[in-house]
Amino acid sequence: MRTFSLLSIATIAVLMAFAFKGDKTLSVGDVAPDFTLKNVDGKKVSLSDYNDKKGVILVFTCNHCPFAIKWEDRIIELDKNYAKKDWPVVAINPNDPEVVPNDGPEEMKKRAKEKGFTFPYLFDEGQKIFPKYGATKTPHVFLLKRYKKEFKVEYIGAIDDNYQDASKVTTKYVENAIEDLEAGKKPRLTEAKAIGCSIKVKQQD
Amino acid sequence: MKVVLRHCFILVAITFFACGGNNSSTKNHNEPIVEKTEEINVEPEAPIEIRSVDFNQLAPIFSQQNDTTYVINFWATWCVPCVKELPHFEALNAEYSKQPVKVILVSLDMPDEIDTRLKPFMQAKAIKSEVILLNDPDMNIWIPKVNEDWSGAIPATYIYKKNLNTFIEGSVTHAELLSSFLPIFNS
Repeated sequence: MRTFSLLSIATIAVLMAFAFKGDKTLSVGDVAPDFTLKNVDGKKVSLSDYNDKKGVILVFTCNHCPFAIKWEDRIIELDKNYAKKDWPVVAINPNDPEVVPNDGPEEMKKRAKEKGFTFPYLFDEGQKIFPKYGATKTPHVFLLKRYKKEFKVEYIGAIDDNYQDASKVTTKYVENAIEDLEAGKKPRLTEAKAIGCSIKVKQQD
Repeated sequence: MKVVLRHCFILVAITFFACGGNNSSTKNHNEPIVEKTEEINVEPEAPIEIRSVDFNQLAPIFSQQNDTTYVINFWATWCVPCVKELPHFEALNAEYSKQPVKVILVSLDMPDEIDTRLKPFMQAKAIKSEVILLNDPDMNIWIPKVNEDWSGAIPATYIYKKNLNTFIEGSVTHAELLSSFLPIFNS
């Protein structure tokens, strides 16, 4: 009886370990996986290209999502204000254009041009990168700080606390986190949630 | 408020059915009234009223301690997978209309698009489940209150009866919705 219950506990523990292992969502403190993806200008961009920066504001975003659109100008602002402080924005569109045609590479080029993106807008071709980060939606920010040759996740989540109206924002999560990191501290908030559009993959049904 | 009303309604309906056992003419007399009331609610010409609430106003729908199974779906008209799974929720709502089941569609459409987008959509699709617009930009406060594990992506669905609950992030098929709903409903 006792052996049996010990065995059950062991089995459950193993199952739980697998369950957690299957869940690849990065946590704060984890090393950010490197990637090489095609930018809207046709050139390849890797995370490791930023080895001379303090960090990277990695944003999973896209063309079609109304929440991404609401925050789009603020993503541009982030790059304008923080690229010069060595915290540039890198944007990745994780959606499958066969599911959302408006998120295809050509449409991305158009959007980047129209809005005057000052940062790379990369296409996650084959959708291999977003699962490594555990991004689930657009927009979804991963603030990465460089430690020598690797980047670690310092903050995950929303850009700020008001998607509707930039003038009514009371907490700028990403900016606060960068300021704290610049001051040699850990971010005061390491995770903040927001509604976003689920990343579009082909349906199983 | 609407939730309370619906319950009174169910209670009244149950009372009538109970009475109907003794007097079949009462039952026959009352049943069409129930049907008619529901029909009025869904008539396409009837003006659609949508409650726009912040999370504090919405919060009571997540913690009702009665025998009703609540099926709460977070969606938006512009969210393709949400719109795709909507018929499953509508079907559940229709199938269990005589049972203690309440389907609530919490819309995350932009508040300035209620008249231009949400209402026309509901009219075109003849949505019969209750739709409430959640207008609360401070999402980091309320998303974890719905469910700690919710990343914030929609669609998402919360099903509960009293203290039994389940949360689904992502879209569901009809079969998946039923397999999440039935164990709670039958408990």
